[in-house]
Amino acid sequence: MTWWNRLLRRKEMEDQLDKELGFHVEQLTADLMARGHAPAEARRLARLELGGPEQVKEQCRDARGTGWVEDLFQDVRYALRTLRQRPGFAAVALLSLALGTGATTVMFSLIDGVMLKPFAYRDPSHLVRLWEQTDWSTPGGNTWAFTYPNYLDCKSATPALDMAVWYFHEGTLSASGAPEYQDGVYVSSGLLPLLGVNVALGRGLLPGEDKPGAEPVALISDRLWHNRFGASREVLGTHLVFDGQPYTIVGVMPAGFRLDDNEFDVVTPIGQNTSPIMQKRRVHGFQVWARFRPGATMAQAQTQLSVVGRRLAEQYPDSNKGRTFVAEALKPDVGDAKSTLLLLLGAVTLVMLIACANIAGLLLARAVSRQRELAMRAALGAGRGRLARQCLTESAVLALAGGAVGVLLAAFGIRPFALFWPGGLPRVQEVQLNWHVLLFAFGVSLVSGLLFGLAPALRAPARHLEQSLRSGSRSLAGSAHRLHGAFVVAEIALAVVLLVSAGLLGRTMLRLSSLDPGVDLHNVLVARTGLSPAALQDPARTRVAWRELLDHARRVPGVQAIAMVDTVPMRQGSNPINYSVIQANVDDGNDYPAVLANSVTPDYLKVTGIPLRRGRFLTDDDRKGTQSVAVIDEVMAQQAFPGQDPIGKHLWLRIGPDPVTVVGVVGHVRQWGLAADDQSKLRAQLYYPFAQVPDELVHRWSDLMSIAVRTSVDPLSVVEPLRREIRGATGDQVLYEINTFEQLATASLARQRFLLLLFGIFAALALLLACIGIYGVLAYLTSQRVPEIGVRMALGATASQVMTMVLRQSLTMILAGIVVGTAGAWFATRYLVRQVEGVRSAEPSTVAAMIAVLAIAALFASFLPARRASRVDPIKALRQE
Amino acid sequence: MTTKFDLPQGTLDLLILKVVALGPVHGYAIAQRLNQVSRDVVQVPQGSLYPALHRLENRGFLAADWKQTETGREAKFYRLTRKGRAQLDSESAGWQRLTEAVGLILALSEGGAE
Repeated sequence: MTWWNRLLRRKEMEDQLDKELGFHVEQLTADLMARGHAPAEARRLARLELGGPEQVKEQCRDARGTGWVEDLFQDVRYALRTLRQRPGFAAVALLSLALGTGATTVMFSLIDGVMLKPFAYRDPSHLVRLWEQTDWSTPGGNTWAFTYPNYLDCKSATPALDMAVWYFHEGTLSASGAPEYQDGVYVSSGLLPLLGVNVALGRGLLPGEDKPGAEPVALISDRLWHNRFGASREVLGTHLVFDGQPYTIVGVMPAGFRLDDNEFDVVTPIGQNTSPIMQKRRVHGFQVWARFRPGATMAQAQTQLSVVGRRLAEQYPDSNKGRTFVAEALKPDVGDAKSTLLLLLGAVTLVMLIACANIAGLLLARAVSRQRELAMRAALGAGRGRLARQCLTESAVLALAGGAVGVLLAAFGIRPFALFWPGGLPRVQEVQLNWHVLLFAFGVSLVSGLLFGLAPALRAPARHLEQSLRSGSRSLAGSAHRLHGAFVVAEIALAVVLLVSAGLLGRTMLRLSSLDPGVDLHNVLVARTGLSPAALQDPARTRVAWRELLDHARRVPGVQAIAMVDTVPMRQGSNPINYSVIQANVDDGNDYPAVLANSVTPDYLKVTGIPLRRGRFLTDDDRKGTQSVAVIDEVMAQQAFPGQDPIGKHLWLRIGPDPVTVVGVVGHVRQWGLAADDQSKLRAQLYYPFAQVPDELVHRWSDLMSIAVRTSVDPLSVVEPLRREIRGATGDQVLYEINTFEQLATASLARQRFLLLLFGIFAALALLLACIGIYGVLAYLTSQRVPEIGVRMALGATASQVMTMVLRQSLTMILAGIVVGTAGAWFATRYLVRQVEGVRSAEPSTVAAMIAVLAIAALFASFLPARRASRVDPIKALRQE
Repeated sequence: MTTKFDLPQGTLDLLILKVVALGPVHGYAIAQRLNQVSRDVVQVPQGSLYPALHRLENRGFLAADWKQTETGREAKFYRLTRKGRAQLDSESAGWQRLTEAVGLILALSEGGAE
């Protein structure tokens, strides 16, 4: 019979065992009777001969090898029974475990989906991302996206890698249907085969189409296919106009196709792009991805790239001096979501640990009060291991039940939580409850069960058996005392860490919200604006188109003032350029200071309410052909002209060969958002007239341009009239990325607010759990001391003295917890300062306030047991002995 | 009066296999046989007989069937499997070698170590 059969046919085995032993006893009895014994005596002798029937049976069962499973069933049943006997404890323990496991599981599933899961391309471990790297740095670091000529040279000179390239190509989709701004991408024809991505319908891009002058073809996204073409197969061969260019649709991308975290609606061959930027070794922004050719290694690829880098540096010193190329594994880059996730995982882990310490304390209290029972069982022959195993089974049952409920909570909680993420969680579509996550939850449950089950289990094999049997309920091992104290100290310490972190974030939030953004947030609308592709053909037409657009927009009722601006404050995007106060050929790559340059129209000051400090702002007279002028902010004035009057000074910028003259100084704007601006390295700002942007840059600047509108009514109410008014003669000018200044200011603090909210919740939970813990442990400890208290009172101690005694005991634990916790909090806050913009190291007042909250709550929790102790009736207590 | 011996560790299994090798037999008969053959010199603790039988059965050295005894009662009869036969052979060989060796050592004459 196999092990499984023996286990499953347990009943049958037992029957047979009974029968077999019964047969033996009967035969022996019969033989003994035959030898002349009286029947009763014979039966007695036969039983004696065999030994205790139960012991023999137990040994036979052990011989089956299935004993431990049966023990396990027995222990689980026993555990469930004891839990049912104390529904209050079971409910509190289950709930805190379910919440703890649920929260950690949610965090882990986010981390798994967002950070750990590789890209959904074929064989992603063989893909790399290439960067240009310089031996000098700009504020943006020393890695750069590629230029197209550099890509072509690298591609032909790196046999170890099969390379492909893509480049953002946003534009207005103007036919067929209503004009709409869409994200598009230029790709080399090899990109999709390289990634192992197949089109869902039609065909991919052919190498022959990846050349200037080839038939213009495009792939569209699954989303566009559904929204614009009704998911019809007829879409193949139809035409669309994107960014002013006609294309024939030849294929549909699979749903969910992304490059990094970007979804693109229109995919076109990069080789057909004849724009001058394709020839320039100074225009970066091309993303180069590659796959190792069979047998090639990273080291080979790196060597080959360095060789090309050196050759190009010699050949084109103007652009490529000090520039080389590097490869790194193609991994998702999720920005600050990573540190936020790790912070939150840390916080929920602390909560989970507190819950474990809590349950451990309660279980331990029970184990100690069951000491007599356990000692009795040990005396009757239960092995140490067997008793410990039973205790651990009880904890494991509790932990796994809590874990199961937690996973259920997580299953429902993941999606709402991920959607609640400020600014959208990158790669959120990858987040799901998969087997990694289930395994994680199972592991967390087991570890937590071990954490809170170990202490009671280790106590189980009662040492000094006879002593505990004799001393009865009065026995109080000193080690139990200390262990209890340790759990309370740990809980308090962990709670301190969370409370101080939450306090720090709250303080930060208060400080940041009261900061002056530098602009008047009220009633301002900003939106990116796409001109008609036809208007972008030549600079003169572009300038006229902008002027007309502004004139039209001004007519919308409720619009008070309108201006163009290329980089909107508090929104993503910046345009840092180098400057010099003495004549120089300023170029990126040299050690010149940088400034955030912003091309605007004269009404910008009126729209934003930025205060003018000195001189004048830009006017309509600052045109092409007149003196080049600029207005700087206070930070720039301080940085470039410390202690001097900046008005009339010259600045050499990258925008043109001629210096610009400073005509005014305005207030500083928190361009990077309320949280990040003060800590940012690059804060100096400069405004120059859009009218003086050199002709060759007008097209690119226009692609980036936004309009800012001050309204006398709710700014969002003018969006639709504005859209209609600026549509233009050809009907293909659009507004997109529409925000109010107030929305941008709020969004710039979204991460801090989100962290504050969650840390606040976790800290409150930690406080509650710690109070429950200290209450439970103290109630237990005082109940154990009732006889002692009775003696004290009989000897003349007053109620208040008894109370003081109990409170002193709790205060000792609380203080120890606070000391340990403060040290932990110091590390936690340092980490927060490093990871979250706008957080400054904790002021002592914050720390003190949070600790006071905790101490008061914990003392309050100890008050009830203390009062109960003070009301002990000495007569009863002594009689109880 | 003869002295009774406790069985040395591990020999009970060997004795059981040997008895069962003579033909299918139930537990009570095994106990009787062991006592008779050893002329009551070897005291088989009956309490450990059954756990040993079950252990041998689980290890596949013995197989068991429920059969009628001569008196018409149902009893569990054990028989040797092929694996059990091999085990018996190797164990008895081992026992033989051990007793010979012990005998040789005991046969040394006092002080005769050269």
